[in-house]
Amino acid sequence: MRGAPLSGRLRAAFVDVAVVVAGLALLVAACGHSPREAFSSLLGGAFGSIGSIVISLLKTGPLLWTGLGVTLAFRAGVWNIGAEGQFYAGALGAAATALALPPGPFAALTALAAGALAGALWGFLPAALKVRWGVSEVLGTIMLNFVALELVSWAVHGPLQESSRFYPQSERIAESSQLAPLLEGGRLHWGIPLALLAAAALHVFLTYTSAGFRLRAAGFNPRAARLAGIAPETSWLLALCVGGGLAGAGGASELLGVTHRLYERFSAGYGYTAIAVALLGGLEPAAVVLAALFFGALEAGSGTMQRVAGIPSVLVTLLQGAILVLLVARRSSSDVAAARRAL
Amino acid sequence: MESTAPASPPDGAPALSMRGVSKRFGELAALADVGLEVKSGEIHALLGENGAGKTTLMNVLYGLVKPDAGRIEIDGRPVALDGPRAARAAGIGMVHQHLALVEPFTVAENLVLDRGPARGGLYRRAVEEAWARELAAGFGLALEPDRRVAELSLGERQRVEIVKALTSGARILVLDEPTTVLTPPEVRDLFVALRELAARGRAVVFISHKLSEVLDICGRITVLRQGVVQGTVAAAATDEQDLARRMVGHSLGGLSRGPRFPVGQARLLEVVELGVDSAAPRPAMNFHVSEGEIVGIAGVEGNGQLEICETLSGMRPARSGTVRLGGRDLTRASPLERARAGLGVIPEDRTQSGVVLEMSVADNLALRAHRRPAFRRGPFRLQSVFDANARELVAKFEVRPPDPDRAIGTLSGGNQQKLLLARELSERPTALVAANPTRGLDVAATEALQNRLLQARAAGMAILLVSTDLDEVLALSDRILVAFRGQLAEVPAEQLDRETVGLMMGGVGFPAAAREEAIRL
Ligand SMILES: Nc1ncnc2c1ncn2[C@@H]1O[C@H](COP(=O)(O)OP(=O)(O)O)[C@@H](O)[C@H]1O
Ligand SMILES: [Mg+2]
Repeated sequence: MRGAPLSGRLRAAFVDVAVVVAGLALLVAACGHSPREAFSSLLGGAFGSIGSIVISLLKTGPLLWTGLGVTLAFRAGVWNIGAEGQFYAGALGAAATALALPPGPFAALTALAAGALAGALWGFLPAALKVRWGVSEVLGTIMLNFVALELVSWAVHGPLQESSRFYPQSERIAESSQLAPLLEGGRLHWGIPLALLAAAALHVFLTYTSAGFRLRAAGFNPRAARLAGIAPETSWLLALCVGGGLAGAGGASELLGVTHRLYERFSAGYGYTAIAVALLGGLEPAAVVLAALFFGALEAGSGTMQRVAGIPSVLVTLLQGAILVLLVARRSSSDVAAARRAL
Repeated sequence: MESTAPASPPDGAPALSMRGVSKRFGELAALADVGLEVKSGEIHALLGENGAGKTTLMNVLYGLVKPDAGRIEIDGRPVALDGPRAARAAGIGMVHQHLALVEPFTVAENLVLDRGPARGGLYRRAVEEAWARELAAGFGLALEPDRRVAELSLGERQRVEIVKALTSGARILVLDEPTTVLTPPEVRDLFVALRELAARGRAVVFISHKLSEVLDICGRITVLRQGVVQGTVAAAATDEQDLARRMVGHSLGGLSRGPRFPVGQARLLEVVELGVDSAAPRPAMNFHVSEGEIVGIAGVEGNGQLEICETLSGMRPARSGTVRLGGRDLTRASPLERARAGLGVIPEDRTQSGVVLEMSVADNLALRAHRRPAFRRGPFRLQSVFDANARELVAKFEVRPPDPDRAIGTLSGGNQQKLLLARELSERPTALVAANPTRGLDVAATEALQNRLLQARAAGMAILLVSTDLDEVLALSDRILVAFRGQLAEVPAEQLDRETVGLMMGGVGFPAAAREEAIRL
């Protein structure tokens, strides 16, 4: 799939989305709703007003951060299924830091960095297990998702719980320690343009740097890379640490820019949706931005669809799943084709 | 071999006749109006380079590939072969290029598996083994039905495949490149068996790209080049030059060995008491390659060559012993450190370990070179230098098409191999480990590549040539080692001939323990 020319991959992604949307229309009709109404409320909820566009963009933010983290790992040939845990780790790190430091912009920046660092640590652990003992990163990253989730749960029931001890959630981050809004009084915050910057940086890294070149080579064919003097382990470590850092920054950005508090079900499964985002974006950072926007808009629109048209928003979850299945199927069918060619 | 072939059936119709067979794969005309006629009792060669369309033609015959056009007649009657089942019913038996037996099963079990469920669905061991033995004997072939396939040599497995192909009463037997996995003595055994089958009235289609073989065993030869038949000739009326010209399309220049590098050379690559990491215990190895020398390692595939190459290239840890290059101990060095010490490697599995199929020609050529100062500025790589490097090497090594931007996976195997050699040689190594460097290449590309190796040798490079192609080893090497069951033995300098090396490939000259194992296996 990654070998195909960009236009071909874009067309493939477009076809996938079109097929799934058509399937969704059928499903909606089968449930006795009007597909027309479903789509108009979905679109309206996603882009119908300034307010809904803002919500779409807010949902895009965490999907973009995590999607980029997954993208980097997949490009290096490591299956990072742990963006969810890295996202949680980042939020936890940011919350602990922001609450411990005296309020101010310094606290915001330090907390963001601490979140990225915590995410990187969450990526480093499975990377070290893989490099040192050959433990599959799929196992390592998935396991650490649960560890992160439980860790956050423990924190908001214990050391980080609000002083009133009423809800299992942290104290609110002081306003001066939050990520500042882009516009005075608005909800969009600096975490979103920062994510775009990260996408650009990732693109530059992969395309123009020597280390990015080695990482791509190791991702496509670790054996050939190793024989040519490129140790894939270096790329794996880098991809999981930096990828984890991106997902962690996403968690920190969400905490410092949107929720302002840490609580138990902090992530709406962003780290899992990130896999679909990365694959739909063909593992190209620029296209991943579009894919994150697409999924962000879906998330935003599905709520409206449920409220206005009374169509359950799980249909959108179904849609996301169906896209993922299509993408994975396409990927592995191209792998199978490649294997056949090799014979 | 007309002498061993009985007369054609009285009605005179050939056993097999294919006419006007055409097949396109997209742009590529794999077969264009191909005709083939094979008589009963004849061993008929289908000769052509890799990619000529031989396998495709036989897949059409076996119903695996649907032709765009063409007629097939068997004993003068037109047949429609829309699948292997129909082909077998029509009397066609096929031994594929890659053997397909169930390894944990015994010989008899494999044959029963193919024949279909036994009477009553029960497998009665004694009955089936007796059946298998008789069956094979009926074809003049010896089998041991109670042996597990996993224990058999490749030659023995092939015999099982032949019997399997004949089980359903096939009268036309097709063998696709059957000799590539065999030692010279095994090839001789195979030829005896094939002559016997032909003498009993079967038609045999023998596919090969080796001229000498074809002249040795076949009555008539049909030459295929790029999907087009270049004529059918009687073996008695042709010679290697004529066949090569038909097969390749032009005459070949031949190898130019050039002068031997000045003697008194230093030992560059030294292997001392090396124990490779493998499942079976292997005795330690000792050998060396001097400056300006090509040392060949001959042997049938799977006799430990892969382990040696991987250990030398740093892809597999050494259990014990020492590997030195120019006096430096590289036993535990990474592939990068080895490259920096002057080692180049051409791995035997080009697409798995050699090139990155998804990346461009330019990127592949820079996999090593991108670390040179000229290829980067700070952390950034310089695409213009990547491209210039690729243009230069592509021109120098005559890669087709000469396009640095193409994904290397879209190039033919021969051109990929040229790129691999270009990449390794452009690092100016002092020693090169080349594993089956010409496998799968056409005759012209093979010759070009072999000449490059000879040039490198003349310039003082130490080359370890590991090849399953005995002709190649004999043609290029200054000294020859033979790999057998994970052991190495050097061929005495005064006996560097086909006969001696061929015998050693079958275990002659190795310690009794290894030979005994060979006999048992
Ligand atoms: N299934 C296929 N799809 C596309 N191309 C094919 C296919 N099978 C064979 N070819 C191409 O057809 C040509 C002839 O191949 P083949 O018959 O295998 O050659 P040979 O057996 O003579 O080496 C080659 O160029 C090969 O790449
Ligand atoms: Mg073939």
